[in-house]
Amino acid sequence: MVPVVVVIIYLILVAVIGSVAFKKGKSTSEDFFLASRTIGPMVFFLSIFATNMTAFAILGSSGLAYKQGIGVYGLMASSSGLVIPLTIFFIGTRLWALGKRFGHMTQVSYFRDRWECSGIGTVIFGLSAAMLVPYMIISIMGGGTVLREISIPEAGANPYIPYWLGCATVAVVVTLNVFFGGMRGTVWVNIFQTIMFLAFGLIAVVVISNNLPGGFSEVAQSLANGKDSYLLDREKIDPRYFWSYTLIPLSSIMFPHMAIMCFSAQKVTAFKRTVVLYPIAIMLIWLPCVFLGAMAADLIPGIKSSDGVLLQMLTKYVPATLAGILGAGIISAVMGSDAHQVLAMSTMFTRDIFSYYGGKQRFGERATVIFARVFILVVTLIAYFVALYMEGKQGIFEIAVRFAFSGFAAMSPIMIAALFWKRSTKWGALLATLSVAVCIGVTIWLQSMYVKDAPNILWSIGEEKILWLAPPNGDLRVWGFMPVVPMVLISALCMIVGSLLTKAPSQATIDKYFSPAQAPKEGAAAAPAGASVA
Amino acid sequence: MKKWLVFFVVLAVYAAHQDYWNFKDKETLYFGFLPVGLAYHACYSIACAGLMWFLVKTVWPAHLEDVQPETDAPQGESH
Repeated sequence: MVPVVVVIIYLILVAVIGSVAFKKGKSTSEDFFLASRTIGPMVFFLSIFATNMTAFAILGSSGLAYKQGIGVYGLMASSSGLVIPLTIFFIGTRLWALGKRFGHMTQVSYFRDRWECSGIGTVIFGLSAAMLVPYMIISIMGGGTVLREISIPEAGANPYIPYWLGCATVAVVVTLNVFFGGMRGTVWVNIFQTIMFLAFGLIAVVVISNNLPGGFSEVAQSLANGKDSYLLDREKIDPRYFWSYTLIPLSSIMFPHMAIMCFSAQKVTAFKRTVVLYPIAIMLIWLPCVFLGAMAADLIPGIKSSDGVLLQMLTKYVPATLAGILGAGIISAVMGSDAHQVLAMSTMFTRDIFSYYGGKQRFGERATVIFARVFILVVTLIAYFVALYMEGKQGIFEIAVRFAFSGFAAMSPIMIAALFWKRSTKWGALLATLSVAVCIGVTIWLQSMYVKDAPNILWSIGEEKILWLAPPNGDLRVWGFMPVVPMVLISALCMIVGSLLTKAPSQATIDKYFSPAQAPKEGAAAAPAGASVA
Repeated sequence: MKKWLVFFVVLAVYAAHQDYWNFKDKETLYFGFLPVGLAYHACYSIACAGLMWFLVKTVWPAHLEDVQPETDAPQGESH
């Protein structure tokens, strides 16, 4: 019962912070979606980090380490610690500047203007939205699962918070927070949430270690000498698969909620602290979680649903009150990213569809914000019912999210071309976008052919396997690489060929985006100094 | 010259991620409990923070710091 009370106190705090942000807000769409571009350096760092960290960083990482070992950290965390800050540094700063100069609030708004296109922007919007929706649903499902797990009083007993109530609690708190507070409410809550889940790992490792009779040294030695010693090395990870993973973090800056966060900073200097601290923050979360996940294989063997391994460690080795606080840390990771995803969906629909197709002109600024808020209610309600309907079938959405990571990574050449290649065209962008959609479709189709305990080789040349489906889930391998590798290459090639074969944008547009910034227009002043939300 | 130096430093850090020499080492445990593969990548994360600090110091896009709004409404907002 104690963990439930702690988590409920935490959720009330989140709602209170959101309501304070609501009182500070203005009724303009720029304020609702981007907090009037006034986010200061420290808040920006904490918030952009919360945007990118989902429950997977805590529960999924430890669950994977339980099955695959410590290699999970190198696969996902340290590669993200390099590639994500690099993309924020080289792409995020440029996006921020274009948002500041020309008022863009979404990637699609920038692409439409940069390439003088309309429908092609809508196609990019459609693919981005389709890849973001499963991510939102799985966040609510994750929240419901965590609340159910930490509210089970003893093994075999019914939880105080059943799954449906857990999902509803997360959905309601996130909706209230985003509905009333918009971007300001979301980032304020992120400050609190990021500190919570950054502290989570360190506290968990120290407390669990103290409660183990021989400490972690004895557990690690036992693992090294036992049948599961492969969990301490990466012998079972194919080097080509390991390298492939370094392309996945290219997706980060292409996720709409990450790009929108980049537009919201008050000054470009806010990015400096963010890029330096980002790898350290990733390490603070992932290192303890991956380590605990691997150690759990020796401490609690035989867990079938490995994503619950950390929750089981907390229940077994941590006092109830502290387990509640740590549970709140996990909920923080769920809600921090979910709030940004919901807000991003609302921003995209409102700006790229409602406003773009005349809604703002027809109904005015105030109605635009009302539309955005109603959209938040509708989209969360739909996500909630899908989460209920699909209880126990998370696997479907986990697969969809994996495709989303590969898909957004493969869309990164579009952004790079828009920012750095004058000659790039809308047709190149369309070809690249369609190539991503086709590649995802083909991968899904090929993976559907997987047969358990069969060789699953789809194509080979002599003895050399080219295309096959790897056990246990039938994930596609292309000459040992993950599908993201050919997807990024094909997308880049489509962008280049499509652009070279078609007419470049007008010189006026190229000058607009590639000439140095002009002097400020009279009356178009920047946000006043000291107006930061930090 | 500076850009090339930066390029090669970034490339070197990227290449250092592929620590094949640690793939089969399960015996080395730092402090008695931390596997070498995990310890290496923890240090690698710190090195990434160092790299980003180096980039901020050497190739920071300072020209973006003075950017000001040029339009009152975003281009391409209405059809």
